[in-house]
Amino acid sequence: MKKNVFWRFLLIGVTVIVAVVFFLPNTPLFKHMPQWWQKSMPHKGVVMGLDLQGGLHLVYEVEGDKAVQTNLKRFAYLIKSAAEKKNMKTDVNVNGLNIEISPSSPEIASMIRANYPILETVSTGQKLVLKMSDKESAKIRDNAADQALETIRNRIDQFGVAEPSIQRQGENEIVVELPGVKDPGRAIDLIGKTAQLEFKLVDDESPVAAQLPSAIQPGDEDSVLKQFADKIPAGDQILFERKLNSETGIVRKVPILLKKEAVLTGDSLSEAKVSLDSRFGEPYVSIAFNAEGAKRFEEITGANVKKRLAIILDNNVYSAPVIQEKIAGGSAQITGNFTMDEAKDLAIVLRAGALPAPLKMLQNVTVGPTLGSDSIKAGKIAGIIGTLAVILFMFIYYKMSGLIADFALVLNLILLFGAMAFLNATLTLPGIAGVILAVGMAVDSNVLMFERIREEIRAGKPARSAVDSGYDKAWWTIFDSHVTTLITAAVLFQFGTGPIKGFAVTLSLGVAINLFTALIGTKSIFDLITSRYNIKKVSI
Amino acid sequence: MLELLKKTNIDFIGKKYITILVSGSLMVLGIIAIVALAMGKANLGIDFAGGTTVELKFESPVKLQSVRAALDKGGLKDVSLQDIPSENRVIISTKRSEGDINKIAHDITDAVSKNLSGAKYVVDLTTSIGPKVGSKLRSDAAKAIIMAALGILIYVAFRFKFQFGVGATIATFHDVIAVLGIFFILGKEINLIVVSALLTIAGYSLTDTVVVFDRIRENLRIQSKEPIPNVINRSINEVLSRTIITSFTTFLAALALFVFGGDVIHDFAFAILAGIIVGTYSSIYVASPVLLLWKKNRPFAKK
Repeated sequence: MKKNVFWRFLLIGVTVIVAVVFFLPNTPLFKHMPQWWQKSMPHKGVVMGLDLQGGLHLVYEVEGDKAVQTNLKRFAYLIKSAAEKKNMKTDVNVNGLNIEISPSSPEIASMIRANYPILETVSTGQKLVLKMSDKESAKIRDNAADQALETIRNRIDQFGVAEPSIQRQGENEIVVELPGVKDPGRAIDLIGKTAQLEFKLVDDESPVAAQLPSAIQPGDEDSVLKQFADKIPAGDQILFERKLNSETGIVRKVPILLKKEAVLTGDSLSEAKVSLDSRFGEPYVSIAFNAEGAKRFEEITGANVKKRLAIILDNNVYSAPVIQEKIAGGSAQITGNFTMDEAKDLAIVLRAGALPAPLKMLQNVTVGPTLGSDSIKAGKIAGIIGTLAVILFMFIYYKMSGLIADFALVLNLILLFGAMAFLNATLTLPGIAGVILAVGMAVDSNVLMFERIREEIRAGKPARSAVDSGYDKAWWTIFDSHVTTLITAAVLFQFGTGPIKGFAVTLSLGVAINLFTALIGTKSIFDLITSRYNIKKVSI
Repeated sequence: MLELLKKTNIDFIGKKYITILVSGSLMVLGIIAIVALAMGKANLGIDFAGGTTVELKFESPVKLQSVRAALDKGGLKDVSLQDIPSENRVIISTKRSEGDINKIAHDITDAVSKNLSGAKYVVDLTTSIGPKVGSKLRSDAAKAIIMAALGILIYVAFRFKFQFGVGATIATFHDVIAVLGIFFILGKEINLIVVSALLTIAGYSLTDTVVVFDRIRENLRIQSKEPIPNVINRSINEVLSRTIITSFTTFLAALALFVFGGDVIHDFAFAILAGIIVGTYSSIYVASPVLLLWKKNRPFAKK
């Protein structure tokens, strides 16, 4: 028996040491440990959840329909040019997720069947309606989500966030977690920008261009578009340029009539960086094209001297300078009253590339840094007071035995934090609540045993056997009550989001460790005492 | 020996009218709450209903009316405000979730900055939930509750004889529904964290029930002449102090959370506190009397 007790104490001692070693990184003590310790011993510890350290939790939906549409537009363009080559006059338009060809003819239909097997016929007749095959459109959606993930990762990496987590969820969702971000608004703008850069020629020759108002109030864009809806020449569109009067701070929007077709896009970029205007010190973004893009840019500028070329990002005109001469060398500048941060972010999105499809925000949880530290403070206070109250109650009610239960309770806490650190589990605010509840439940097992022991003593059993049979009889009750809590914790872990998962983790670990501390910890002390000293009476 | 309760001899089973009255009204409340939830009439948190909440912490005290006026001026009328004056904190929420959810949060802070000049604040928390996420979380929560109930049912059925399983399950449902009812009548918000509390209650309420059942089972094995209602009554009396003390220690911990844990965790702690009280009551007054539904024969006398 004595030997058995020794081994159990050794087991407890070792687990406590291991727990402390793992939890050490979460204490200020870790910084004072020797170099070799900081390097080779566990150094990650318990991770603070977003709700405690502040940061962003964003869920986006990749609008796969738009990616499919982009592809359909490309096919529509190919079909139209093929038809034109054969002198077949027809209109090819993309309407929703369909390509509509009217008037249709058997030649066109057979040409499409032969060349574009991934297009399926929806209906025939005067108007031929086609759609992307399900398999192909699923592939496009999947690719779009993958690409969007990659692009977001690139942007975040360049933005600089300590430990970002960017993951796909389900078919078309992306979950972005950015702990400790100081400027959440900027990060959200950076991620959400489609960043489709386009160069389009300004159509100043059309009489409509002269009729456009010179500048309008922001917000009046729609009424201008409505007013000119019927007048816009075929192949043209109206976009707006934002003009800021730097003296008055007044913002105006200038409508510009453009050729719809982009002569060059962001795909041809090789570099984008922030530069400073030498005269005013105003930041701008200088871009460089790849070889092919540079050649194309030279051709376009050469062919359109004295015309204006608009630089457009996500359908907003940044500037529309007049082409003075043919530009060789493949570089250009994007100006537009940027602040330094805006210019930096624009350079980042241009370097990282455009998103394959727009993102729609489904969920945004942004926690400020002060709320997190307030929560930790409140959790600590509640934890300390709750634990002390339970410890005090146990001592008052069960005397020395209560102290043994308190020892088990402290052991429970040490092992719980050690286990969390070992798993690098995430501690959230509900997680702290889980720890505190686990404290309350931890002594439950001891209460069950003590009450049982009291009964045995009342029945007249001697101290030693009262303890033994008390334990034996209480064991299954304790086990049953713990397992049911574990079942609900498991369910919570399965369905919960971040913070709730944290609760499930601390609660289930707390309950599981409790079985160990109650059955090994408390029992060992009782055994030690009853075996070493010839106890006549249990203080209980 | 310090004892909370000396040897008691209370006739628990005989007080069934009180039981029917108390549990009956709690159940009616809870069922009304469930119906209201299903119809979307209850106070659902934005994590289930979709919407945006912005929590602002001001540097100096600010009047709630002036915040409302500032939002009104910014064209935000369908918002609800709540303030925590001791922390200069104002919580602004709206159930609006169509369109760009990011813009709604923007609009709120814009309106406050523009129309409440001079008031310095930091944004402590922004939560925007689109309708799609809201409905997913709703169905997830419902699934979780069903899964937890099934899990407990299966475990109890496996560990106990049928009658006990039924008693424990009824008591568990009783507790969860009762706490839901209490939340409903107090107008408290039902959100993700409250649902987690309900699941925790489901798991924990069994602790007390198991304590009582274990003893009933044990006594039934020893005694064979004593009428069952007496055996049950005696068993409850025997374990009464431990039933109350186990609940009390957890109650202490939850109380500390309720008082000191901060407002995020406040409702959670409240649900747990209510759950502990109802759970202790139900293991004595609900779970055990259910066993008597089988009193005619004694199939569970031996195991």
